[in-house]
Amino acid sequence: MLSKKLLLAPICALALMGTAAQAKTLIYCSEGSPEGFYPALYTAGTTFDATSKNVFNRLTEFERGTTTIVPGLAESWEVSEDGLEYTFNLRQGVKFHSTDYFTPTRDFNADDVLFTFERQWKEDHPYFSVSGGSYEYFNAMSMPDLLASIEKIDDYTVKFVLNRPEAPMIANLAMDFASIMSQEYADAMMEAGTPEQFDQQPVGTGPFQFVAYQLDSVIRYAAHPDYWAGRTPVDNLVFAITQDPSVRYQKLKAGECHVMPYPNPADLDAMRADPDVNLLEQEGLNVGYLAYNTQKEPFTDPAVRKALNMAINKQAIIDAVFQGAGSIARNPIPPTIWSYNEDTVDDPYDPEAAAAMLAEAGYPDGFSTDIWAMPVQRPYNPNARRMAELIQADWAAIGVEAEIVSFEWGEYLDRSKAGEHQTLLLGWTGDNGDPDNFLAVLLGCDAVGGSNRAQWCHEPFEEIILEAKQISDQDARAALYKQAQTIMKEQAPWATIAHSVVFKPVRPEVVDFRIDPLGGHIFYGVDLQE
Amino acid sequence: MFKFFLRRLALIVPTLFGVSLVSFFFIRMLPGDPIVLLAGERGLTEERYQELLVRFGFDKPLWQQYLIYIGDLLRGDLGTSMVTRRSVLDEFLTLFPATLELTFCAIVIAIFIGVPAGIVAAVKRGTAADHTIMTTALVGFSMPIFWWGLLLIIVFSGTLGWTPVSGRISLMFFFDDVTGFMLVDSLLSGQKGAFASAVSHLVLPSIVLATIPLAVIARQTRSAMLEVLSEDYVRTARAKGLPPRRVIGLHALRNALIPVITVIGLSVGVMLAGAILTETIFAWPGVGKWIVDSIFRRDYQSVQGGLLLIAMIVMIVNLLVDVTYGLINPKIRHTG
Repeated sequence: MLSKKLLLAPICALALMGTAAQAKTLIYCSEGSPEGFYPALYTAGTTFDATSKNVFNRLTEFERGTTTIVPGLAESWEVSEDGLEYTFNLRQGVKFHSTDYFTPTRDFNADDVLFTFERQWKEDHPYFSVSGGSYEYFNAMSMPDLLASIEKIDDYTVKFVLNRPEAPMIANLAMDFASIMSQEYADAMMEAGTPEQFDQQPVGTGPFQFVAYQLDSVIRYAAHPDYWAGRTPVDNLVFAITQDPSVRYQKLKAGECHVMPYPNPADLDAMRADPDVNLLEQEGLNVGYLAYNTQKEPFTDPAVRKALNMAINKQAIIDAVFQGAGSIARNPIPPTIWSYNEDTVDDPYDPEAAAAMLAEAGYPDGFSTDIWAMPVQRPYNPNARRMAELIQADWAAIGVEAEIVSFEWGEYLDRSKAGEHQTLLLGWTGDNGDPDNFLAVLLGCDAVGGSNRAQWCHEPFEEIILEAKQISDQDARAALYKQAQTIMKEQAPWATIAHSVVFKPVRPEVVDFRIDPLGGHIFYGVDLQE
Repeated sequence: MFKFFLRRLALIVPTLFGVSLVSFFFIRMLPGDPIVLLAGERGLTEERYQELLVRFGFDKPLWQQYLIYIGDLLRGDLGTSMVTRRSVLDEFLTLFPATLELTFCAIVIAIFIGVPAGIVAAVKRGTAADHTIMTTALVGFSMPIFWWGLLLIIVFSGTLGWTPVSGRISLMFFFDDVTGFMLVDSLLSGQKGAFASAVSHLVLPSIVLATIPLAVIARQTRSAMLEVLSEDYVRTARAKGLPPRRVIGLHALRNALIPVITVIGLSVGVMLAGAILTETIFAWPGVGKWIVDSIFRRDYQSVQGGLLLIAMIVMIVNLLVDVTYGLINPKIRHTG
């Protein structure tokens, strides 16, 4: 095969052979273009892969391939008794990237931490309105309400003071928006009158440093030679932007890239049989659910919700929609998150009992409703239309007539936030591996009219998750979250449907690529076999 | 001729104005709120929403927003993308050479195969050659482009390994854009093998993009030739005893070319604006894919600016086509 390529498409083969002999270049066929190179402005995973996951570090980090929090640019931290003060001891001797466009003169220190957060937080900060200045993640994580002050104690000590105890704070600081930026670089760009360049040509402390971006085509990175945790094994990292999943697969086969995300489900069988491909898989940090609008009749009644849950054949959905690449969701959080309640009993699939229960609740002849189906593919729901059809048929069996409704994606999110639906399909991929990030964000009272699509505000549940938010002892929190999951199952604001299984096809020569449960693509530590 | 040129040039201004009006209002008529899309699945609070509304200027009445937009346009400012926060003009100019290069190669293929095929079919009317050419053209014309592109990739890149799968050049080569045309830049870079790599990357996408125009050109050439071949002057030329090659090449073809050029001009316009599928399959970083992405992201500024620029380019191409008529048929020049 290679000799043929050498004759007919010489360059392509040379690229791979050449890289093996000299510099090692790891090529990732990414699925889209990054929106920019300053992660705090954006919410898309594609942008995070190109920035925060590989170019930047945070105070705390997720251990590669897990949701466990480990020290990052903060070597250690202390939380005060009342849970309001977080003191971080910063790592010393951390180098920023030295690039064509910027040469740092000092190491990372407390000023960089202050700059990172104040830019997103303080409206009078010189960088606040640069590049449009909308920091959606910082706001979505309630940071403006949460933060009372961030103080520099000395060059290597920073204290965060909160307005209220918030146990997930440490996990929040490991998120993409909290990527630590260089204040020195920011100042230099401001002085040069080109602050926007700061957001287009990144300078971080991470394992890879930015080299060049050819719009919609290629992003190039080089290994950061002075990376504090040790230089990464490959010399170069290249993102070859390739939108179509089938084309990505062809590129992987042809050796034009080493790792690809989001394979086409129809290609999975071929990939399993393909000697050029190792198909990695892992349960995703996500949940796909059907939410009942609990503020609308008849879904105000938990018995009705429960009855409908019992009418849904989840195994059939896993088989047909996920083609086996999913597992039934018992709880609203996936099993990879700590505090997952193993004792929860899922609603049994029992149409007869469901019909009886519905009759008892006052609907012996059923009723009419709608099912909203997302117009887009997501890991937690690869085909919402098909899923809606299956549920529609299941419900019809107990006399409930459901009409399937869909809108353009932005419209779908907007209208469902306003609660225009009766039931809808949606899902969630975790941000920080904290149970609060599922339970409070998706089912808390504060999120009604927002990401709580069930519009469900249940006092006993709310009390527990608020309490769990305020203590920092993980075991005590886990006990509370387990209790919350039990209440949620009893009240059934959702039918918990599935957790996806995430697939990552990689070439056989790729060593130690680990699937990130948080959905990113992290290339630190990945090597290529010679 | 010069007057004709100026008059046509003057027509461009009101047309562009119309395009700006239509693109401005149509993109806003699409359901889906750019601010909501910007915030992603997490959503945002009402307060935050209002804040962003003001920041992007969406709080003002639509007519005011339009006037501001036109004011900016008159100053040559196409605005900044809401998503990438970069200048729309910069993004367009970065991507356009890729589209132009692909279009150029495709149209060359389409003309150099389509026109001769059409002539052969006309001259050999009713023969097996004619039927083969016309059936092939019909198949080409009805080809679902996405499927066709993927099929070529699977056969020629996947199975045979003759061509690279996608992209503009091997990732091994890395040099700065000079002209934005990879064929030119790869030569300028002086790197060994770069030009060959750029050519090998162009082969499949050019063929895919050429497929439909090729079929249209072949059919159009055939019917135009048939019409002309039955004209008196062709019969006269034949009767004079001119060799068939001269009759067809000089007398018939030159007159038959007028409608063919119209088709070519239209095809170029369509390709510049709409090589969307080809660009998507081959990960070709051009303007078609960029505009579609912008529509999906409801990136108003990019869509408006991109459509306006493309409209301008299509109009210029049409103008050039009209000028070409004059070169081929002097009679048209006088009436202009």
